[in-house]
Amino acid sequence: MRATTKIATTAFSLAALFAGTSMLTGVAGAASDESVAMGKQVAVDRTKGNCLACHMMGDGASPGDIGPPLIAMKARFPDRAKLRAQIWDAQVANPGTRMPPFGKHQALSEAEIDAIVDYLYTL
Amino acid sequence: MRLRTFAAAAVCALAATTVMADKRAADTSPAEDLKTYRDYFQKRFPGVPLNEFGNGVYAIDNVSRDSWNAVEEFPPYEPMIEAGQAIWDARFANGKRLGSCFGGDPAQRGNFPYWDAKRKMVVTLPLAINECLESNGEPPLPYRKGRIADLLAFMSYRSRGQKINVEIPDDPDAIAAYNAGKSFYFARRGQLNFSCAHCHFESAGMNVRTDVLSPALGHTSGWPVYRSKWGELGTLHRRFAGCNRRVRAKPFAAQGTEYRNLEYFLSHVSNGIEYNGPSARK
Ligand code: HEC
Ligand code: HEC
Repeated sequence: MRATTKIATTAFSLAALFAGTSMLTGVAGAASDESVAMGKQVAVDRTKGNCLACHMMGDGASPGDIGPPLIAMKARFPDRAKLRAQIWDAQVANPGTRMPPFGKHQALSEAEIDAIVDYLYTL
Repeated sequence: MRLRTFAAAAVCALAATTVMADKRAADTSPAEDLKTYRDYFQKRFPGVPLNEFGNGVYAIDNVSRDSWNAVEEFPPYEPMIEAGQAIWDARFANGKRLGSCFGGDPAQRGNFPYWDAKRKMVVTLPLAINECLESNGEPPLPYRKGRIADLLAFMSYRSRGQKINVEIPDDPDAIAAYNAGKSFYFARRGQLNFSCAHCHFESAGMNVRTDVLSPALGHTSGWPVYRSKWGELGTLHRRFAGCNRRVRAKPFAAQGTEYRNLEYFLSHVSNGIEYNGPSARK
């Protein structure tokens, strides 16, 4: 069990590192189409992010209204790390939040969360 | 590997929130909670009479209410009421019937759940039914659907109009059971980390995709329920398990201590609303 956690933590710091890199490259060029497409797919999938359960998001059909609409994300979240943190564990920003901690509870992988961020930046 | 770490994380999160919820649970009395629930929902949905909350989401969702009314005109649970009556009327091998445990009267909904001071536990109607069967040498019925749901449909039908009227006696053990149910209601659970209250208190009336969330007030009144999604009748504890699964949490046993205490809490905050089961739901 302890070994597992360690691996998970390492994986996480690696992912954080990668997130850092993609942040840098993000300045130079837009995220790859491939990543945006994967992000959208994961965000919509009911067994993955299922963000539409609570958020209006792009052209997604029959969204819920428990969370705010995900629009103008670049303007509203210029800090990529902050947007990523909201998805990784929304309870940090708001302890009473209804949004699931997708990263912390490993409902999504680190790579999936990065891809979702790429997708959100197209909204 | 991922699964194992997740389990650890979930347990930690659960432990932390349970402690918080326990603190909150003991902070207010059952009478205060009843007032809080009523006031909150009546303010949130002004103009909806208290008794209407027994109709679940249809009390507040005018879009689905019409088609629901149409369904209730030729209710899909009618044959189950008859099947339930046959079970009620049938003789045990020893010659007695179920009625022998209930003073001969199937209209028992309003007498449950109650605190049994001797056994120090909450007794629900399905539990009392199975205890009756077993004490007469008959096999108990599975709790989630099937024959017990039929029987409950018949007994609830005969109980229509009785009011939810749960007493929490001034007994530390009864209050502890009530508070356990309340903590359960407010505890975050599962991979998605929601409490019951997140969906049915804070978000009542809002949409999860196309589902409108029903208010917690009145949640125990309409059972058993015929759900089109199930294509059959199900019991209240079956629904509890479904909602636990929804947040990717492991459900508890139907009629186990956790769900009986939950039913005790949830029924008490709905006191004054009429029992109107069985009912139909999407
Ligand atoms: C069950 C409800 C729920 C789900 C599912 C959900 N969210 Fe949220 N989300 C919320 C709520 C409620 C808020 C409001 C802020 C808070 O309470 O944390 C929010 C806030 C946000 C914000 C901040 C928006 C702003 O304008 O401040 C972002 C970004 C976000 N969510 C992204 C996502 C993504 C991406 C997913 C899916 C991977 C997702 N959410 C799934 C409920 C949800
Ligand atoms: C993620 C959201 C969510 C959570 C968390 C949740 N539920 Fe539900 N629940 C629903 C939805 C959606 C329905 C179906 C629509 C409705 O009636 O609200 C429902 C229905 C119900 C019903 C049936 C109401 C009726 O009139 O038929 C009961 C009772 C219920 N939930 C109790 C609970 C309890 C107790 C918990 C906690 C153990 C819980 N729910 C947690 C989403 C949730």
